[in-house]
Amino acid sequence: MTATKPVSAPVVARDLPPVDLAPLRRRRRRRALAQLACVLVSLFMVLPIVLVAFAALSTPDELAEFPKPLFPSALTLDTLRAFGSSTGVLPAFGNSVLAGLYTVVLSLVIGAPAGYALARHAFRGRDAYQVFMLMVRALPIVVLSVPLATIFLRTGFYDTVGAVTLVHTALAMPTTVLITASIFVAVPTDLEEAARVFGCSRAQTFRRIVLPLAVPGLAAAAVFTFVLSWNEVLGAGVLTIGHRTLPAQVLSALADSPQSYRFAGGLALVLPALLFIFLMRRYLLSMWGPRG
Amino acid sequence: MRARTPWLLLAPSIVFMLLLFGWPLVQGILAAFRVDGSFSLANWARMWNDAYFARALRNTVLLTVIVVPVQFVLAMGMALLLQSRPRLAGTHFYLWTIPLAMSELAAGLVWLSIFANHGYLNSFLSWLGVAPDGVGWLDYDNPAGMLFAVVVAEVWRATSLVFVILVAGLQMVPRDYDEAAQVFGASAWQRLWHVTLPMIRPSLQVALILRTILAIQVFAVAQALTGRNFPLLVGETYQWYVNLQNAAVASALALVVLAISLIMSVVYLRTLRRERA
Repeated sequence: MTATKPVSAPVVARDLPPVDLAPLRRRRRRRALAQLACVLVSLFMVLPIVLVAFAALSTPDELAEFPKPLFPSALTLDTLRAFGSSTGVLPAFGNSVLAGLYTVVLSLVIGAPAGYALARHAFRGRDAYQVFMLMVRALPIVVLSVPLATIFLRTGFYDTVGAVTLVHTALAMPTTVLITASIFVAVPTDLEEAARVFGCSRAQTFRRIVLPLAVPGLAAAAVFTFVLSWNEVLGAGVLTIGHRTLPAQVLSALADSPQSYRFAGGLALVLPALLFIFLMRRYLLSMWGPRG
Repeated sequence: MRARTPWLLLAPSIVFMLLLFGWPLVQGILAAFRVDGSFSLANWARMWNDAYFARALRNTVLLTVIVVPVQFVLAMGMALLLQSRPRLAGTHFYLWTIPLAMSELAAGLVWLSIFANHGYLNSFLSWLGVAPDGVGWLDYDNPAGMLFAVVVAEVWRATSLVFVILVAGLQMVPRDYDEAAQVFGASAWQRLWHVTLPMIRPSLQVALILRTILAIQVFAVAQALTGRNFPLLVGETYQWYVNLQNAAVASALALVVLAISLIMSVVYLRTLRRERA
């Protein structure tokens, strides 16, 4: 150990100018305020859901009380059970799930090829097609559901899950095309070309290379479409009478149903939304990026 | 052959959209202008003279004009809050996007539990001692209260959409610009106005057009909160078709909604393009 001791700067006791702590304090205060604002916004987003859950989980008697206690004295499933067993709710639930699934399949079958074409081909009329899709997206659904109801009535297609599926697919189509296009753009062309070099046909390349890489994105697009169909109420309400989807059923029963039915219906519609967002949270941003 | 491939892939979607948008659109226009097979404006007169029409038109415009700006300010604030990297940013982001998957009807019912006469807001006010008997927010003779309730519910439900579009746009902007502006002494307000907002202009445009068109179509929120006491245009269409069984007047109303949407889109596109030039 012959190394010399590191030479440290001599400590000189000198009067340093006082440190100005004001900027630091201001910064800290600002961070605390931002933190507080975040919590407040979160409360605004979550509290209503908690409250409707409380309302749906309290007894009808307690619902009529005023002022209402924040926490119901006893949580009960009675209100929800009554909602579930009221006429039309269970079949409507089934119809909603069916319409959602059919919409997902149909919109992917029709929309994904178009998305692939937009992502991979440069061709004349590409812009025109995209403008067409954007224009369609801007059309309010109310414009097509009323005439479609008349058309379906004439063709005997009225009041079926299929009719609802068609409208929901039309509603979802522009988004499906744009989302699938952005998914396929993200699949590198090199891989596709390599597969072609090694003798895959176009169809094989798509099935073995492109599709596996696109599946996560396509799944996200599927969930998005399902949510769209699950939530849509106007078209479904206009196009069905006996075979309603859940939102259409709740909407049509609103006027002559007790408050307990409404809150239970509200909770029943809210719960799937929580699940959807949980499934989708990784894809939310890529989906609504400037390209989508 | 190569030149035809994209059109083969596009064809199904084009045919489908023409069948489901083009055909009904033509049928709807025909239905609105026809009575017993001949041209007539009777449907329009009926729509116009209906007591609910003027109120529905006014409410729809009022709601759109109030809700869209509020949502933009709120969403921008939320996006900036998240950019400042608060603690638990991931959790906050998840919670703020929950309403994104919420249907209009669900949002209306959720807020009904709060704004109803015996609801949580009135219980709270009574507990505070401000209004012992509560306030009739949704009473039919309280249009301001109903408007307030519908606005709050709509802001709650649809701010998330604007928020997500803006956050996605902000992520594309390199932080360098903001930092450079900071180095040169720009205030937070100046950085927002002269750096951040111009950079996310495309996202702002998309969100603005989308939100406005969707705001014009709102109806289930109001239906759940107030029934027909706070009529909106699309809600009236639903009334005319489902409860009054009159498809012709419903079509006319739908065309009014379409006209407003188109006018708004054109106005936006023109003003935004002019500013760019």
